[in-house]
Amino acid sequence: MSAHQCGCEGQVKQAQADEAEKYVKLAQIIDEYKGQRGVLIQALHKAQGVFGWLPEEVQIKVADGLDIPLAEVHGVATFYSFFHIIPRGEHTIRVCLGTACYVRGGKQVLEQFEKELKTKVRGTTEDRTFSLEINRCVGACGLAPVVTVGADIYRRVKLDKVPEIIAKYTGGK
Amino acid sequence: MPLYRSHILVCTGTTCVLKGCTAVQSALIAEIKRRGLENEVKVVETGCLGISEKGPVMIVYPEGVTYCQLKVSDIPEIVEEHLLKGRTVSRLVYTGPVTGEVKPAHPGRQKEQRIVLKNIGIIDPTSIEEYIAYGGYEVLGKALTQMTPEQVVAEVKTSQLRGRGGAAFPTGIKWELTAQAKGDNKSVICNADEGEPGNFKDRLILEGDPHCVVEAMIIAGYAVGAKTGYLYIRGEYHQSVAHTEKAIADAKAMGLLGKDIFGSGFDYDIKVFKGAGAYVCGEETALIESLEGRRGESMVKPPFPPTQGLWGQPTVINNVETLANIPHIILNGGEWYAGIGTEKSKGTKIFSPCGDVFYPGVYEVPFGITMREVIYELAGGTKSGKPFKAVLVGGPSGACVGAESMDKTFAYEDLAPGAGALIVMDEDKCIVDTVNNCLKFFVHESCGQCIPCREGTKRMYEMTKSWTEGQGEEADLALMQALTSNLALTSRCGLGQVAGTAFATSYKLFPDEYLSHVVGAECPTGKCTMTNGGGKNNG
Repeated sequence: MSAHQCGCEGQVKQAQADEAEKYVKLAQIIDEYKGQRGVLIQALHKAQGVFGWLPEEVQIKVADGLDIPLAEVHGVATFYSFFHIIPRGEHTIRVCLGTACYVRGGKQVLEQFEKELKTKVRGTTEDRTFSLEINRCVGACGLAPVVTVGADIYRRVKLDKVPEIIAKYTGGK
Repeated sequence: MPLYRSHILVCTGTTCVLKGCTAVQSALIAEIKRRGLENEVKVVETGCLGISEKGPVMIVYPEGVTYCQLKVSDIPEIVEEHLLKGRTVSRLVYTGPVTGEVKPAHPGRQKEQRIVLKNIGIIDPTSIEEYIAYGGYEVLGKALTQMTPEQVVAEVKTSQLRGRGGAAFPTGIKWELTAQAKGDNKSVICNADEGEPGNFKDRLILEGDPHCVVEAMIIAGYAVGAKTGYLYIRGEYHQSVAHTEKAIADAKAMGLLGKDIFGSGFDYDIKVFKGAGAYVCGEETALIESLEGRRGESMVKPPFPPTQGLWGQPTVINNVETLANIPHIILNGGEWYAGIGTEKSKGTKIFSPCGDVFYPGVYEVPFGITMREVIYELAGGTKSGKPFKAVLVGGPSGACVGAESMDKTFAYEDLAPGAGALIVMDEDKCIVDTVNNCLKFFVHESCGQCIPCREGTKRMYEMTKSWTEGQGEEADLALMQALTSNLALTSRCGLGQVAGTAFATSYKLFPDEYLSHVVGAECPTGKCTMTNGGGKNNG
């Protein structure tokens, strides 16, 4: 390593190292499932856990590694709502619009999030902090309307709670 | 195993987490430590207790006192008064103590008869020891060592148990078909892809009593001659996945799964499969496709799974609730089970009333209960106190039923309960708007391979959407009815077949409301924003 680096170079190096590490993890995931049948969905779950989404490069590696046609991998990645083939925000906000949440005002809550985040549903905020999605029932219909942010769940969300929820993840920024 | 004089069960089900049980639990553990009681009192996490409307909830055993709506600031008082001095903190108790049974959260709960939910809230779902202490795996031993597979199937047939996922196929016959089918690698699949909005009973079972499902899956495997069981759980159900994975690992460690279970020579293993967010995978053939690692697209039937299912081998697919009945049927006998319920609908059914009701939750009641009892006594009537308007029985795929059916009974021969969801609407809710939401759901979830469903749901949704915007045409209503029956007749699987049900049934009940949207461009409840300003006929 050379003597002096500016902070910026360091960051780039760090990002490259992080990326390389992700691919090492991906190789381990592929090894774990290699040669078994019916494992594609579980492998994609884990791959997305590492990358946050499923870039084309990852889909190619999974296809090669598991000996499944890329078209099939891509087909599965685009079929299931859990998988994403475009980059995601750091946090995914999901507003439930299942029928029970809908009758309790889920749609208005979604509109409030769209307004506050200045992004439409299925969009990502400019600073890539949030992606906004809808849920089709999380099975907590007794507490409708329900909003989830990552693994956090918010119950009976009223419109005025929306900014509060957002602020929790932006540290008041 | 250390002995504790008290056990505190803290509900950490998804719903109670929302109510802040995590902070309450941490405070409780800290306070118990501070008082030096950590060797005397054990804090146990449990799944949803089914009384989440009063969360955070905890139950102190052996007294069986339920505390509800807890705040962190209540904890020192409970620890000092109850655990140290043995005095119940009455201001926080929901009802009087009844040892060994879950307290009724409200008077309506007394109508419940808990078979499937017997252990929920009583035992620690992460402890196999507790499940065994409550009689768990005893039935498995009985089945494997004292009964032939044929006898197990016969017992289930005698019980007249029918599938609880909505289709109500007789379980015993399904098992018999699979047992008789030829194949050297049969499977049992537990369908825990509970994706229908309004349904949350399977989550409660998996979170609160996962061993019950594991035990049932082993019995099913023995009965049909399967080698492997698969638990297909929705990707959204994180805690269900965690609890069942632990249950399976613990059962393996005890030799209840694996080779030569109970010395019977029967080998069996269970794998957990996490879904990835596709409602259609609740349909059995789509679920099998998904389990095989492909897009969840349903297949043409026949062949049916009992003859040709997973990897082309005979396969039993049962719903979580269906399976959770099995240990009780084997323990008490099919005759006992057939004595509960009505003439054609045996046993109990779990309902999950939600929407505009006072006590949304999960309730297990015998078949033959009236809709009035479930909605007014169990669920406490409408939340707003306003008149009841309609209920979607089973969820968006079910029928819309109005007040005139209040005294019908839930039974397959009267009012079929679907999977048990009851999405209640009070008079303020707009039927057209709600049906529009149901159709949007089907458009989103249609797998897209068969044209009637892919195109039909989309066109139906476009129409209802235009109605909610005051842009309808009178001819739409006839077209919508034609589409409903076309989809029912020509769609490949249940998703498309039932997509128009909510419309067709609600149109019969509320024709005027539809007409006023479609022809008059007016929404009687004022829910829909008519883009043309409304009142088409009034100029």
